[in-house]
Amino acid sequence: MKPWRDERLRPVLAACVTLGFAVGVFAVSFGVTSVSAGASVGQTCAMSLLVFTGASQFAAVSVFGAGGSAASAFGGAALLAARNSVYGLAMAPHLRGSLGRRLVAAQLTIDESTAMAAAQEDESHRVAAFWITGLSVYLFWNVGTLIGALLGSAIDPKVLGLDAAFPAAFLAILWPLLRERRSAMAALIGASVCLVLIPFVPVGIPILCAAVGILVGVPSPSVAAPVGFEVQS
Amino acid sequence: MTWTFVFALAATAYAFKVLGLVLVGDRRLPSVLDRCLALIPAALIAAIVVKDTFSIGQHLQFDARAAGVAAAAVAAWRKAPLIAVIVIGATLTAALRAAT
Repeated sequence: MKPWRDERLRPVLAACVTLGFAVGVFAVSFGVTSVSAGASVGQTCAMSLLVFTGASQFAAVSVFGAGGSAASAFGGAALLAARNSVYGLAMAPHLRGSLGRRLVAAQLTIDESTAMAAAQEDESHRVAAFWITGLSVYLFWNVGTLIGALLGSAIDPKVLGLDAAFPAAFLAILWPLLRERRSAMAALIGASVCLVLIPFVPVGIPILCAAVGILVGVPSPSVAAPVGFEVQS
Repeated sequence: MTWTFVFALAATAYAFKVLGLVLVGDRRLPSVLDRCLALIPAALIAAIVVKDTFSIGQHLQFDARAAGVAAAAVAAWRKAPLIAVIVIGATLTAALRAAT
């Protein structure tokens, strides 16, 4: 079935367009920052096409822009990219299929696609939400980067409050998951661990450490329920 | 910035992305692992929300974003569509910044 014909995927499509716009404005700002940090237009676009992890890309060009070394730019960017491997663990059971398909899916395994997939209750919607979100963010991120790299000046995303758009969006996506008790506990532990660690460890590590929250899944559920029919409280 | 840097970072980022997918692959996992992996998005996305709301780099910072995201939380609780939540969060943050 075509996703836009499915009533329950309409909110996903609508969210993709909105998220896409916010991502696009940030991408313009990335393009500008990257070129003014000394990268060529080609290198800037290649980063968005190949690296495709916004936080890492911003971290790398900011270090270059401030006159830092390639090693420190690389280290910071790699730490921020590491969380995508954790998302891969979560998405793997849902992204079965040919090797080629999974290798493409890997490139789209980012915050937005994982969050949007996790928010769907139905397995087929989960897979559709992952692909729709991943491809939409990929498109907006790369078009925005090209525009920024060519124009060389951008609207400041902060003036539009777009830096708050992402936590707001992720919070809304997360919300329905929190009705389930163990998800709510995992979220609470993840958020607390991250907040406590932020001042003490390099950027990127607090989010990786938030993964300890998943340990609340270790005990067997007290109510024996078949998989996919979790008791909702 | 050099092309070597661009390709090295691209290879590293892709290696991270593909690692989790390959590690699990087509294997059927023990149910305890299944239960834990299913909680990854809740734990990590919650962490991203607090990081993006309350910090800049390694500094904790309480500013207009907190109000914007709080309003967005109320909208999410009232079951507003995602678009409305995003617009409310961004607009309130922008308005507070413009006013101060």
